[in-house]
Amino acid sequence: MSLLLLALLAKLAAAVAGALRARRPDGWGIVYGMSLGAAVLAALGALLAAPGAVVLPLGLPWIGVHLRLDALAAFFLLVVNLGAAAASLFALDDARHETAPERVLPFYPAFLAGLDLVVLADDALTFLFAWELMSLASWALVIAHHRESGNLRAGLVYLLMAGLSALALLFAFGLLAGTGGHYTFAAMRAAPPAGAAAGIALMLALFGAGAKAGIVPLHAWLPLAHPAAPSHVSALMSGVMTKVALYAFIRIGFDLLGATPWWSAVVLLALGGATAVLGILYALMQGDLKRLLAYSTVENIGIICIGLGLAMAFRSAGYAAGAALALTAALLHVFNHAMMKSLLFFGAGTVLHATGLREMDGLGGLLHRMPRTGFAVLVGCAAIAALPPLNGFVSEWLTLQAIMLRPDLPQWGLKVMIPTDGALLALAAALAGACFVKLFGVSFLGRARSAATATAADPGRLAQSAMLGLAMLCLLAGVLPGALIDLIAPVTNALLGARMPTQLAQPWLTLIPVAAARSSYNGLLIFAFIAAATWLTVRAVHRFASHDLRRAPAWDCGFPDLPAAAQYGGDSFAQPLRRVFAAPLFGARETVELPPPGSVAPARIEKHLPDPLWEILYAPVGSLVLRLADVMNRLQFLTIRRYLAFVFIALVALLLAIALWQ
Amino acid sequence: MSTLTFDIANALAGLLVLVSFLMLYQVRLPAVLDMLALHAGVLAAAVAWQAHVQGVPELYVTAAITLGFKAVAIPMALRRIIRRLGIHREIEVISGIGPTMLAGIGLVALSLEVMLPVTAHVDPVTREDIALALSVVLLGLLMMVTRRNAVSQVAAFLSLENGIDLAAAAARGMPLVVEISIAFSVLIAFLVIGVFLFRIRERFDTVDVRALDQFRGERR
Repeated sequence: MSLLLLALLAKLAAAVAGALRARRPDGWGIVYGMSLGAAVLAALGALLAAPGAVVLPLGLPWIGVHLRLDALAAFFLLVVNLGAAAASLFALDDARHETAPERVLPFYPAFLAGLDLVVLADDALTFLFAWELMSLASWALVIAHHRESGNLRAGLVYLLMAGLSALALLFAFGLLAGTGGHYTFAAMRAAPPAGAAAGIALMLALFGAGAKAGIVPLHAWLPLAHPAAPSHVSALMSGVMTKVALYAFIRIGFDLLGATPWWSAVVLLALGGATAVLGILYALMQGDLKRLLAYSTVENIGIICIGLGLAMAFRSAGYAAGAALALTAALLHVFNHAMMKSLLFFGAGTVLHATGLREMDGLGGLLHRMPRTGFAVLVGCAAIAALPPLNGFVSEWLTLQAIMLRPDLPQWGLKVMIPTDGALLALAAALAGACFVKLFGVSFLGRARSAATATAADPGRLAQSAMLGLAMLCLLAGVLPGALIDLIAPVTNALLGARMPTQLAQPWLTLIPVAAARSSYNGLLIFAFIAAATWLTVRAVHRFASHDLRRAPAWDCGFPDLPAAAQYGGDSFAQPLRRVFAAPLFGARETVELPPPGSVAPARIEKHLPDPLWEILYAPVGSLVLRLADVMNRLQFLTIRRYLAFVFIALVALLLAIALWQ
Repeated sequence: MSTLTFDIANALAGLLVLVSFLMLYQVRLPAVLDMLALHAGVLAAAVAWQAHVQGVPELYVTAAITLGFKAVAIPMALRRIIRRLGIHREIEVISGIGPTMLAGIGLVALSLEVMLPVTAHVDPVTREDIALALSVVLLGLLMMVTRRNAVSQVAAFLSLENGIDLAAAAARGMPLVVEISIAFSVLIAFLVIGVFLFRIRERFDTVDVRALDQFRGERR
């Protein structure tokens, strides 16, 4: 525990150092170095420290600051600080390019400290304070480059959603605290609300955490805000902060609230399925590298939500082993997605700095210019597309295994929703495959589409090692998932009173969700097989084909010098899927303009991709607020008599209320 | 406490409400000011009676201040003002005297309904007085809302203030220093309002507050 407090203190000190030395040439080195050290320290602390609690004499005098490390907090602390360590390491190279260090350096360590503190908090006030610290620090980072178009708007939308989410959580904690007003988590756990209050508290927590995590339809801010921040911060926001938001939901839904009603699982499952499919569909349609990654985060949040929903459903049915499997799958995906999304955002940041481009249609052929970045991104893409033997596959496979358990659940809602989610999850996984083939294919393969791309180069050693380290972690977590699953076991034990079978004790490190007779997966075996098959194929190709290689002009259909822009691009790749899915779902349209015969004007094809969720959900609320503001504005220009009349009427109304109420 | 003292205190407070009603339907400004003087006179009597009943000599001072300032000095000064403004013969147009009176009756009923249960445990004199004082305050507010002439709004404001005075006197033990400071604030309010009336008049040739609204460029 003292290790963690030390790390927290180091982060706050780094924030102060960032504020003081931002403009000095060595400022970024100090800040990111300190952050890296603190993050490594905290990750070690999360792994090694014994569970414990501490009350610091800070904050409000009669409440203090309660911090507590239990299994759940330790797991999330590990995820947060692995991500933070990688981001700091990456930033040690990447931050050289920073144009406005004084807008980034003070807030970055504060953001890290906020993330840590949310996970460690053991009373509602500390939790909300840390939550707001996290939100505000990341907001400051989102608008760090405020002169770029769209960033200020992104910041505003983000701030509004963050405010709403904190408000919802505030009310949720209010309901949990009950009339006694005990704000420590221990007191809430001892006396959870019952009946409707429990349901409302859970839904408020889902809203609060969902708005921060990006559950559809509360995701609108995420693809705006995440790409706007500097890349290492985007990685943290997408990879880590969304997970911390889910931590809030797990803490309330699985820990503080006792039993939850079965319909809350249906809500969670429905939202999770919709989030997964819509998120990846949106991602497929994007041309902006970082925005594509942000939408893919939405998808993965959906997958985690499905896992959490299953755990909730099984728990309410009294099926603890199934609940443990589902929760383990969700938490494993939390870890996996944090690693691979950070890796991919680092890749996007590297590409951005090497070429100055975020639009994929300007990239191409980067694999030759940036082979190491390309390799790391390829691993990340394969992992997030859930290809074995990488880690994304393991957690999605476990989620599917949990879906296929399907014990006898009496409620019709769950009977319908669980198989539906299985189908949606499979669809999302397939679409994710297409999406990341598009990302890698368009950016890294083919020919360079712009001059800047043709001269790109790999980043410095530290950034490379951050990316390759994460790629390594992705592979390790995919090959040896048993170690992670055993790490999660104390969490499920504490929350659900059950755990998955001990994995490291299985023969050949096989992964067994329930029983060996039902299903099993051996990442090591598959990795060995893939490695051997690849080696054999490469050997065979070199042996029989390589020296027969002959370079000659390709069959070019009579167009010998095709420009690079004529390559298969991102939009062309997404077009079939856009036609199939986006036309009915989002109302996407294409308009083709052909020049009249004889004209030499180019033909045009334009795509329109409206966002119906924005138009249905957000735009009316926005216009309602504006209209109300308009009406209220009139109050500013009334006559004295009317103001007096208002006072009078208000007074009489209040008196009437008292008279009637008595 | 004998029934007689209670009855007299009650009657004086009731009288104050009655005078508030009288003021509510006066259309001539001099009549409004007469009623204001009468209002303050009744208040002075009520406060003096409270001083006698409660045996608190400071309240006699309060009564004297009320009589001197509010019943004599201020109405006289206002009368001078309207004469100098040349509006002492004007008849103010009030829309709907009948509904206004009905609304006033409703307000009195409301304040009794609110106050009597709330003050159930205090002694009956205070109880009735506070309920009636609230009625006087509400009636004063109602008059401020319905009048357009600045002078009658001032009169309404002063009658409202009388209601607060009555409540304070009945609530036993308003310190003298509070009373004196209230008296001074009323005096200052009066001075400021007087100055403003002349300034308004200079600029707009009328003390109808609608002129102010037109000056601000509003449609209503």
